[in-house]
Amino acid sequence: MTERILEVENLTIDIPVPSGILHAVQDISIHVDRGETLCIVGESGCGKSLTSLAIMDLLPKKAIRQAARLELADESIFGISERRMSDIRGNRMSMIFQEPMTSLNPAYTIGDQLTEALRRHRKVSRGEAKDRAVFLLEKVGITAAASRLGQYPHQLSGGLRQRVMIAMALMCGPDLIIADEPTTALDVTIQAQILHLLAELQREFNMGLILITHDLGVVARIADRIAVMYAGQIVETGSAAQIFTEPLHPYTRGLLDCIPIPGKTQRGAHLGAIPGIVPSLVGQMPGCHFASRCPLVDDHCLAGAVPLFDHRDTNRSIRCLRADNEDTQKISQEGVA
Amino acid sequence: MIHFALKRLGVAVLVALTVSILSFSMVYLSGDPALALAGEGASEQDIENVRRVYGFERPIVVQYGDWLVRALQGNLGHSNYLKADVASVVFERLPTTMLLGACALAFALILSIPLGVVAAIRPNSMIDRFALTVAMIGQAMPSFWFALTLMLWFGLNWRLLPISGTASWQHFVMPSIALGYYVTPAVMRLTRAGMLEVLSSDYIRTARAKGLRPMTVLFKHALRNAIIPVVSLSAVQFGFMLGGSIVIETIFAINGLGFLVWESILRADVPMMQAIVLVLSIIYILLTFLADLLNGFLDPRIRVS
Ligand SMILES: Nc1ncnc2c1ncn2[C@@H]1O[C@H](COP(=O)(O)OP(=O)(O)OP(=O)(O)O)[C@@H](O)[C@H]1O
Ligand SMILES: [Mg+2]
Repeated sequence: MTERILEVENLTIDIPVPSGILHAVQDISIHVDRGETLCIVGESGCGKSLTSLAIMDLLPKKAIRQAARLELADESIFGISERRMSDIRGNRMSMIFQEPMTSLNPAYTIGDQLTEALRRHRKVSRGEAKDRAVFLLEKVGITAAASRLGQYPHQLSGGLRQRVMIAMALMCGPDLIIADEPTTALDVTIQAQILHLLAELQREFNMGLILITHDLGVVARIADRIAVMYAGQIVETGSAAQIFTEPLHPYTRGLLDCIPIPGKTQRGAHLGAIPGIVPSLVGQMPGCHFASRCPLVDDHCLAGAVPLFDHRDTNRSIRCLRADNEDTQKISQEGVA
Repeated sequence: MIHFALKRLGVAVLVALTVSILSFSMVYLSGDPALALAGEGASEQDIENVRRVYGFERPIVVQYGDWLVRALQGNLGHSNYLKADVASVVFERLPTTMLLGACALAFALILSIPLGVVAAIRPNSMIDRFALTVAMIGQAMPSFWFALTLMLWFGLNWRLLPISGTASWQHFVMPSIALGYYVTPAVMRLTRAGMLEVLSSDYIRTARAKGLRPMTVLFKHALRNAIIPVVSLSAVQFGFMLGGSIVIETIFAINGLGFLVWESILRADVPMMQAIVLVLSIIYILLTFLADLLNGFLDPRIRVS
């Protein structure tokens, strides 16, 4: 029996903007078990960061958050006081952000910022907190860890800073880590190391991990389950194996066509970018959000909101009216042009 | 840090030298100094004598060198009007002005930093509007008028505070407010802008994601960074206040340097003015140097490179 760490049901985020209400996230349901990695993928602006901030209750003030259920290890964390929420943040769930260069306070040493996270939530002495910081800095692969404690963020490279951020997220031994594009700002060579590190630590400490990324190559290597987002909605979710071997939603297939495969994709060959642009999320959108870019679109798709269907395979759902009929099967064999 | 401090010190010395040249040249501002010293109706011979006694016939570079060496030894010249050594008069008056400046700056910072912080936490709230109004009034109101208004109400109508002199600490209350209020707008706006920027930065989000208490986030993580530019500004503003003290000291009859400047201008006491300009400039340079050091202390990116 696996232990459910996070349960999110029907999460919705609206942001009032000058031109109306921006429906940034619509009816998202996700869950993470202990030891499991959930990857959220999707184009820029589809609502991945807002989803993760909503779980941490760190959304911008003007954003309006609603959810049927938001539970951390069977305990509701929706609508609880800011005080109780702050007891949970950095303690039972932590977040790693995209920008290691600016995510650490320039005025304080690494040691101060690491130990502070622990001392906020645990009654430990300064010395014990330091020991824990050194232990974790070594865990995240930083050499001469003890001497790093006295250094300032600007003395470290981007890769090192992101390692520090990871160590910081681990200080209190959280059940869940949310990493929002933790490597996008880093050199390609370092990206792989950091992701490898995250996956390894997640296994070692047996935590739940939500990894948000654009990089499907990464997803293929470390995801247990995948949620594909498009324009504020989950359009397809399932196990990594299911989605990579048999992507059903036309958007997912489009995304997978965008990954270059070593040996197969010719150098300089045009990658299958999905034509068209993401629709505006301001105001109501009748019908399927992907309709304007979908090769399979028909009248039904535009008629009304498309729900997330359970697929006949277990633990798998798709938001598409056409994905399971004969046409789709045929096209999925041919590949989307 | 030592390297940084030495570099700053070097700059300060260069600026001080430049200022000394400017203040030395003041003697020549009104034309031939010998002519001025000899007075109206002096004969050609008298003027020639004055020129020789004061050494005005020597090359200007030599005169400057001579003047600088004497200034460094604490000899700033002689006031013909007061028949006294300029340096001793200046240093007798200096503490009063510095005290006034320090009180005024303290008043300004105590008023403007909390207002700026609160305004930034709740932008466009009532408190923010109030703070902006305070700032606007402060900038629009001439300081002499504000000083006179204070005097009228607190001194004459309500008789709460003494209106002139320096006999007790109460005597410093109104002048400090009148002088300090003048710099609150700039400090407040900089604090507000700095806090707004810092509060939306990534590391504040990190601090919140760690579950830190709101007060820790605000004061330890945000204010510490937002205050850095305020330090430099305060040094600059202190310089302005030394200038502003001319008006305030005159109004409140405070026997400081500002009042002395006023008197010296009326008496055309050039050596005195020259000395005050030099001393005030050096103090200003010292303050800027101290502010640089303090900034280095607050911002490790400046200190550790
Ligand atoms: N503070 C805000 N005010 C208004 N709109 C916002 C705000 N933050 C996000 N949005 C909008 O909400 C949508 C989702 O944003 P989000 O940052 O979650 O996207 P994302 O999937 O993380 O994209 P990326 O891959 O670029 O990080 C976007 O359309 C964005 O423009
Ligand atoms: Mg994002």
